[in-house]
Amino acid sequence: MTHRRLGGRRDFLKAAGCFTAAALVPGRLARAQAAKLRIGLMLPYTGTYAALGNAITNGFKLAVTERGGKLGGRELEYFTVDDESDPSKAPENTNKLVQRDKVDVLIGTVHSGVALGMVKIARETGTLLVIPNAGAAAATGDLCAPNIFRTSFTNWQTGYPMGKIVVDRGFKNVVTITWKYAAGEESASGFAEGLAKAGGKVVKELWVPFPQVEFQALLTSIASLKPDAVYTFFAGAGAVKFVKDYAAAGLKGNVPLFGSGFLTDGVLEAQGEAAQGLETTLHYGDGLDTPRNKSFREAYSKAYKSDADVYAVQGYDTGLLLAAGLDAVRGDATQKNQLIAGLEKARIESPRGAWTLSKAHNPIQDIYLRKVVGVQNKVVGVAHKALEDPARGCSMKRT
Amino acid sequence: MEFFVQLLNGIQYGLLLFLLASGLTLIFGIMGVLNLAHGSFYMIGAYLAFWLARGTGSMWIAIPLELAIVCVLGFILEAVFFSRLYHRNHLHQVLFSFGLILVFEDLRSILFGDDVHGVPVPELLSRSIPLTSNLSYPVYRLFISGTCLVVAAGMYVVIQKTKIGMAIRAGSTNREMVESLGINIRTIYRWVFAFGVTLAAFAGMIAAPVSSVYPGMGGQILIVCFVVVVIGGIGSIKGAMVAALLIGIVDTVGQVLVPEFSGVAIYLLMAALLLWRPQGLFRVA
Repeated sequence: MTHRRLGGRRDFLKAAGCFTAAALVPGRLARAQAAKLRIGLMLPYTGTYAALGNAITNGFKLAVTERGGKLGGRELEYFTVDDESDPSKAPENTNKLVQRDKVDVLIGTVHSGVALGMVKIARETGTLLVIPNAGAAAATGDLCAPNIFRTSFTNWQTGYPMGKIVVDRGFKNVVTITWKYAAGEESASGFAEGLAKAGGKVVKELWVPFPQVEFQALLTSIASLKPDAVYTFFAGAGAVKFVKDYAAAGLKGNVPLFGSGFLTDGVLEAQGEAAQGLETTLHYGDGLDTPRNKSFREAYSKAYKSDADVYAVQGYDTGLLLAAGLDAVRGDATQKNQLIAGLEKARIESPRGAWTLSKAHNPIQDIYLRKVVGVQNKVVGVAHKALEDPARGCSMKRT
Repeated sequence: MEFFVQLLNGIQYGLLLFLLASGLTLIFGIMGVLNLAHGSFYMIGAYLAFWLARGTGSMWIAIPLELAIVCVLGFILEAVFFSRLYHRNHLHQVLFSFGLILVFEDLRSILFGDDVHGVPVPELLSRSIPLTSNLSYPVYRLFISGTCLVVAAGMYVVIQKTKIGMAIRAGSTNREMVESLGINIRTIYRWVFAFGVTLAAFAGMIAAPVSSVYPGMGGQILIVCFVVVVIGGIGSIKGAMVAALLIGIVDTVGQVLVPEFSGVAIYLLMAALLLWRPQGLFRVA
C-alpha cells in the first residue's frame, strides 16, 4: 500500500517536473542564445610550447573574426588556462574550465599527456572537447568518444606515408631514430608499417630518452650500420640539434634523412644550411601553393604581424569546425546530439586543403611531401591522398 | 673502429660536463654554498653566445666580451646575495638559488622569447675530418675537448701550485684560521664564485654551436652535473674530472648497447658507486 502511494506521488512529481521543464524550455532557449557562448582555451602559454599555444589561439580567433566575431550567430566569451604542458596539472586545469567556468566548448592542447588528461575529464563530464594539436593515438583510438574531436593529426598519420616514399626512392633497409615517448614511438611505428607494406624493412630502432639532445653516440651507430636511409621524429630543440649534428657527422651526404614534418617546422631558421633539401611528410606545408592557403597566410600575417605555421592552421580549423557544428544548431550548444552530428558532417575548407572527420573524429586529410628550400617547407607533392587513421581500439559508431 | 669513435664521443661529452661541474663543485666544496642556479649560468652563457655572436659577427670577439659580462654578474650576485647565505643552512641556499632559476628563465623568455635558436660554428672550425667511409668528426667538437683540457690544466696549476690556490684550499677547511693569517677570505670567495659561474657560462658558450639554444636547457644539464659532483666527491676537482669522463663514457656506451636503459644508466652507476663509496670517489674529509 505504502509503496503504491509513494509511487503515485512520484508519478505526480515527475509529471509536474516535466510540465515545469516544458514550460521553461522556450525561456531557457532564448536566454541561451542571448548569452555568450563560453569557450575554454586550455593551451600552453608559458614554457617550451608557448609559441605553439599562441599560434593556435591566434588561428582560432582569426576564424572567429572572419565570421564577425560570432559562431552559430552567438558572441563568444573566452576562458583561458595556461596548461604549462604539465600532465600532472591537467585534471585540475581542465576542471577549472569545466566546473568553475562552465564552458560550452573545451579547446586544448599541444602536449599529448595533458590532452589525454583532458580527454579523461571530457569523457566523464560529456563536455565537448576539440583537440587542436596533440597527436596521441588514444584520443581518437582507445579513448574515443562522441564528444571528443581532433582537428590536427595522429602521429601515425605523419609517419605512415613516408614508408612508401622511401621505398619508391629505392631505399629498403632503414634505421629509425626518435625520442622514446608516445609521439616518437607512434610516428616511428606508423612509418615502419608503411615501410613494411611497401616492401622495406626497419633494420634497427634507435631510441633517445626524452628530452635528451645528445645524439653523437647514436649517429656513430648509424654510420656503422650503413642503412639505405634514416627516418626520424624530433621536434623543437631536439629537431634543430639532430639535423645539425646529422650534417656535421657527415651523414647527410651519405645516408638520406627523412622525417615527420615536425623535424623542419618552425625551426628552419635555427637549422640553417643543415636542413636544406630535407624531405618530410605532414598535413600542411607553409609553402603550399593554393589560393586558399595564400589568402589565409596573408590574413594571418596582417592580423598578427607574424607568419602562420601548422599550429596556426590547426587553431584556425578548430574555429571552422566549431562554426560548422554550431551553425547546424543555430548556436544552441545544449542540443548535444545535433551539435555532434553537425560537427561530424562538416567539410572543412582548410588552408591545408579540404578535410572531413573519420568515424573516430580525426581528420581524413591529404598528407604532403615537403622539401626544405631556404626557410620554407615547399610542398612537392601529395604523399598520401585522404589518409585516415586506423583508429585502433575505437569502437564508437557514428550518431 | 666504431668502438674508438664511441670512446671519443664519450670523452668529448665528459669533458664538457667537467667544465660545468667543476664550477659547481668549486663553489660547493670551498664555500659550502649549494647553487642550484648553476645550470642557469650555462643557459646564460649559451644565450649570450647567440646574442653576441649575432651582434658582433664573430665568436672570437663574443667570447671575451661574454666572459667579462658573466664574471661581473657573478661578482655582483655573490656580493649582494650569496655572501649572506654562507652561514645559513642548505635549505635557504636551495630556496634562494631555485628562485634565481625562475628569475633567469623568465628574463630569458622576455628578452629572447621561447624559440629555439642556432648559433653558427666559427668559420675557422666548421669543417669535419673523415673518420670512416661514411662518418666524419666535426672539428669544432675536437676544439671543445681541447679547450676543456686547457681549462682543466690551468685550474690544476692555480689550485695546486700557487699561493692563491693554497689560500683557497685552506679557506675551504678552516675559514677562521685563514682570516687570522691576514688573508682576506671574503675577496677570495667572491672571486671563486665569479670564476665558478664564469666556467658554467663558458661551457654554455662553447657548447652553443653544437647544442643550439633553447628554453630549459640549464635545468636539463644541471641534473647530470649534480650526478658528476656527487660521484666525484663534493668539492674535489680531480673527482669531478674522473666522474665527468666516467659519466660521459657510460652514457654514450649505454645509449648504444642498452638503448632501453640509456636514460637510467648514469643513475644506476651513481647508485652503485654511492653504495660502495658514499662520500664519492675523491672526497677528502
